[in-house]
Amino acid sequence: MRYTGFRKRANRCAVSGNDKTMEVSVWRGSGGQGAYEIFQVPAQDNQTVLDVVSYIQQEIDPSLTYRYACRVGMCGSCAMMVNGQPRWTCRTHVKKVLTAGRLTVAPLRNLPVIRDLAADMDPFFEKWVKAGGVHKPGRSRDDAIQQVSPEDPGRVEANKAIECINCAVCYAACDTVAGSPDYLGPAALQRAWTLYNDVKVTDRAAVLASVTGPEGCTNCHSQGSCTRFCPNELDPLGSVAGLKRALARSFFGGKG
Amino acid sequence: MLGIRLYMAQRLSAMMMGPLVLGHLAVMIYAIQGGLSSAEILGRTKGSIPWFLFYGAFVLAVSVHAAIGLRVILHEVTGLKGRLLEAFTWAVMLGLTVMGARAVLAVTLL
Amino acid sequence: MIRPHRRHPLWLAYMLHRLSGLALALFLPAHFWVLSLALTDPDQLDQFLIFADNPLVKFAEFGLVFLLAVHFFGGLRLLALEFLPWSQRQKSLAAGAIAGALLISGTFLLRAV
Repeated sequence: MRYTGFRKRANRCAVSGNDKTMEVSVWRGSGGQGAYEIFQVPAQDNQTVLDVVSYIQQEIDPSLTYRYACRVGMCGSCAMMVNGQPRWTCRTHVKKVLTAGRLTVAPLRNLPVIRDLAADMDPFFEKWVKAGGVHKPGRSRDDAIQQVSPEDPGRVEANKAIECINCAVCYAACDTVAGSPDYLGPAALQRAWTLYNDVKVTDRAAVLASVTGPEGCTNCHSQGSCTRFCPNELDPLGSVAGLKRALARSFFGGKG
Repeated sequence: MLGIRLYMAQRLSAMMMGPLVLGHLAVMIYAIQGGLSSAEILGRTKGSIPWFLFYGAFVLAVSVHAAIGLRVILHEVTGLKGRLLEAFTWAVMLGLTVMGARAVLAVTLL
Repeated sequence: MIRPHRRHPLWLAYMLHRLSGLALALFLPAHFWVLSLALTDPDQLDQFLIFADNPLVKFAEFGLVFLLAVHFFGGLRLLALEFLPWSQRQKSLAAGAIAGALLISGTFLLRAV
């Protein structure tokens, strides 16, 4: 379906006053069913992909379903497939991704679709929990506060991944997740690697055990799409490799 | 669908094959360069314990390595898992070992 | 057409490793069978070796050596990535794997023709 009767309204709303438009294909549908719908959206000098999606919802079709919260790259809720690549839409400038005046926006890959651009994040977070992504403290409130040196090698390693915002971009990028739906995926495994290196976590063997099963880190094929697409420039590929090393050491009877 | 044991088997067999592959490549280049006939090759390998051990180890490692590799591809492409996947892995491993053993014996037996 | 999220060197290195491994695994039974002819049916082996002098078969052999070399260097890359502390040098290692494979198979081809 192509919208034609909105141009007048679009021009009224346009801030810059230029009447250039771009052609935006947006995935519409729920569950496994759906199709792309094309919208003409006025082009601005500065706008993000999320701005474009919001424009469509606010000015053209109020029924468009999508998800966002902070708009500044902190909450991790607005990730979508943009031109076939997973991206955080609130910090992806249209200029960067627009090709020949066209843009394609779809819900995150590897996750069920609730409706339109909103993916069901449940499997992603279930795996996060399954990979032991919950802090289990080794001390109680009666103990003194544990001193953690920022220079401690474990802390340095753990620090590398704590900026993860759970946006599931890495999860959507990973073909191993696509081929092996039970595979825990890069985000959950990176979390496990962070906990493994956290000096406040006392039971490291338990962390390792949660990523050892047939759905664990040994399934990773080092395709590197996780690291390549992580919007915060984290390195899940390196984290998973770290887990593999720890696992190999424990396999040979080492301390892990 | 790759637990720690299969993963380690895959990596250890790979490490084992590192030098074996280099040796095999060298043999191939040497044989091609010298234009060796099958009789000349067999003349050198027949009854040779070093060649028997070299290619025997190669066959064992490659059987393990290929079986696990095919298992992963089969699972990721078709979604097959459980007992059928286990059966497939073992069948490939044993099949390659038997065929490889026959080949090694054929080439190195007196 | 390669899908957009796959267009980067590490994914291509992964696919090259998978395809070369798959092809080698499928070739192995044939390889073993031909060699075992030396034991069971030497005449047939000789016939096969005459057939193998065919330029087309020579070219296929070059392909197999190329696959083996690709898989060998790709495997070294993976082992380094997994078991040695990892750095951003991965991409150059991936490129090196292909270069090395070409070198070895190139040598093979030059000697063969």
